[in-house]
Amino acid sequence: MTTGRPLHLAAEIGGPPRYEPDHYLGLARLAEGGALDYVTLGDSFARPGPDALSVLARIAPATDRIGLVPTVDTTHTEPFHVSSAVATLDWVSRGRAGWTADVSTTEAVARLFGRRAAAPAEALWREAGEAADAGARLWDSWEDDAEIRDTATGRFIDRDKVHHIDFEGEAFSVRGPAIVPRPPQGRPVTVIDGTTATARAVAARHADVVHVRATSPEQAAAARADVLRLAAAHGRPARELRVLVALAVDLGDAETAPEPGLASGPPLAGHGTYFRGGPVDLAELISQWYRAGAADGFHLTPITPARDLERIVNGTVALLQHRSLFRTFHPGHTLREHLGLARPASRYALARTAGEQR
Amino acid sequence: MHLAAHFPGVNSTTVWSDPRSGSQIDFASFEHLARTAERGKFDFFFLAEGLRLREYDGRVHDLDVVGRPESLTVLNALAAVTDRLGLAATVNATFNEPYELARRFATLDHLSGGRAAWNVVTSSDAFTGENFRRGGFLDRADRYTRAAEFVATARELWDSWTPDGTPRPVAHRGQHFDISGEFTLPRSPQGHPVVIQAGDSDEGREFAASAADVIFTRHGTLEAGRTFYADVKGRLAAYGRGPDDLKIMPGVRAVVADTDEEAQEHAAGIRRLQVSPQNAILALEQVWGRDLSSYDPDGPFPAIDPEPDSEFAQGRVRIADPFAVAARWRALSEEKGLSIRETVIETTTRQSFVGSPETVAAEMTDFVDQRAADGFILVPHLTPGGLDDFVDRVVPLLQERGAFRSEYTGSTLRTHLGLAEPVWKG
Ligand SMILES: Cc1cc2nc3c(=O)[nH]c(=O)nc-3n(C[C@H](O)[C@H](O)[C@H](O)COP(=O)(O)O)c2cc1C
Repeated sequence: MTTGRPLHLAAEIGGPPRYEPDHYLGLARLAEGGALDYVTLGDSFARPGPDALSVLARIAPATDRIGLVPTVDTTHTEPFHVSSAVATLDWVSRGRAGWTADVSTTEAVARLFGRRAAAPAEALWREAGEAADAGARLWDSWEDDAEIRDTATGRFIDRDKVHHIDFEGEAFSVRGPAIVPRPPQGRPVTVIDGTTATARAVAARHADVVHVRATSPEQAAAARADVLRLAAAHGRPARELRVLVALAVDLGDAETAPEPGLASGPPLAGHGTYFRGGPVDLAELISQWYRAGAADGFHLTPITPARDLERIVNGTVALLQHRSLFRTFHPGHTLREHLGLARPASRYALARTAGEQR
Repeated sequence: MHLAAHFPGVNSTTVWSDPRSGSQIDFASFEHLARTAERGKFDFFFLAEGLRLREYDGRVHDLDVVGRPESLTVLNALAAVTDRLGLAATVNATFNEPYELARRFATLDHLSGGRAAWNVVTSSDAFTGENFRRGGFLDRADRYTRAAEFVATARELWDSWTPDGTPRPVAHRGQHFDISGEFTLPRSPQGHPVVIQAGDSDEGREFAASAADVIFTRHGTLEAGRTFYADVKGRLAAYGRGPDDLKIMPGVRAVVADTDEEAQEHAAGIRRLQVSPQNAILALEQVWGRDLSSYDPDGPFPAIDPEPDSEFAQGRVRIADPFAVAARWRALSEEKGLSIRETVIETTTRQSFVGSPETVAAEMTDFVDQRAADGFILVPHLTPGGLDDFVDRVVPLLQERGAFRSEYTGSTLRTHLGLAEPVWKG
């Protein structure tokens, strides 16, 4: 059975720390050549390497279509700054930005800031949800047509279309409005790894794309159904979300992988189920799971990016394209368009026009 | 002479009613201005910061250009489309944490090949703080002690890896910060990104003398410039620094035309567009701290006194002594018979070099020769083409005079500024 839904593919481009932009640019261009939806760049304040959002901003002008999704810590950052930076990534990439919201539970990271003690994941994910919520409200706080440049009255903006958000969370409050005008995608794409129950609950409420881990198509389908059920409880229809299965992939030479398949190698913590085999084996797995309706797509973390991403694009993706399971070009320009997600209207614009009609 | 380009954002500097005025937010605008500055061999490109939209009388102010992207993200993107140009971001020390900011600036320095600069500002009030966790209000004295410790802590982090690339743990415990752990980046191409300071109080000048590589100042007239220059350079010795270790760069505008007369006319026209009748009243309200909308901008000054500690105008740098400013403005208007609008134009015009390209080049050179500045931060009135004339017509003359470089001699901002790389303090 095919699902009728288009297949989505994304790839992580982080690996051992590198400090030159060309390394990341090469990988992103490779992914772009394979018409992938987006690349992610994992990050943490305690992991050697540069700031992920900055790296993706650095390569934005040198790429054209590929979505750019850095990991951003919501525990030790200011939601106002995060929302501004992600919106700006959307501006400099002309509508290709997303962000993976993540939390820092460790004492080691807390000590780098010295501002708060480590806290349990439960509380931090609640806070991450609030950061995502406040961020989305800030992205909505300028209506699309708030800038009017009305020379007759001398008004640059229509102040009725720029809104305070007055967000009051448990750990922070933000008055707004944003400093950055509404970004090209309306709201950049929010990605959350929804593998744990705590994170999944937050993802179902606030994320556009949810990454889940699974070791079989049945398990993936169940995780997807669970995410959609939780989302529906918040009034979010299935068409507003995409669920991607996270796989760490080792496409080392076939000779060293006599038994291609899942979890036949060492698990790579945090990056999904471990897959080992050749590019064709991976295409086979993706085809089977996709045909079984298990997921909307896959987020692949090559364990050796320079080697494996090349094999993913020129082997796996090429084969999926040959089988007409995956697109051969980006039909649109923005990440939302790649994902088939609608551009959301500003909630304040909706409320204002509803008020005007009453 | 050193030159920098200020992206004119988010105030009445930009004449947005001019048909040539483009987007202040699209990346293409930033790219145009940055490429123009690099074509002119400028030292750096500069972005200001505002963290809350200005409000008057509880409502968002709607007459000025507003809306801007987040600076570090824009500068990282600009690093992709420029090769030599320094990239300076204004970022507040009050609403950020040293570890995160040190990491973001070190990243920019790595990704740009050594072109990063940080303008450390301290302006804060409870109004801006309403967007942040701490609800951030710090009074003036604490703002600068925090800023000084902030920069010192960032430098400890930037120095924490050994020159051969081995991370070593940092432990900092001070009045404002208590942090420990390992930084995630090796020493960056410039060692430390360039540090800029903008702020004019005694505390601000002292902070600059102790810790900054560049000062962005508003003291633009020749006399005020010379006094400021002597004062700040005189403070350096106490910190074991020489006069060349800190560059003084006022924010200025340059208006060029074929003849001096034409340029004067053009400059006056620009000022009248920047200080519209509504903006003149608003400038007044900012000092008076109350609603003056019933006054005629082309008429005389109000007879009433300012409202002390008023919250009428929010989101602008607070005027320390509004009574003194009001008295000065009133006196000027009476002495010269100026209307409200004319007075505002006259008192709020920053240093301007106005004239033919020859006149502007000569005056700027003279300014530097007379030790009123080490260079200038040019603040054009148009986005994004506001620097084209200057680069095409004045820069070649500065180069002919030998006052300004004809080619970049190095690739880092420190080299452009003639600043030594900071000694590694492991
Ligand atoms: C030339 C100049 C430019 C400034 N630019 C900014 C800015 O972009 N953002 C900001 O928040 N504050 C800015 N400030 C404000 C200063 O950071 C500082 O807070 C303010 O001048 C008050 O400090 P002081 O008492 O030392 O003058 C600027 C100040 C000057 C003099």
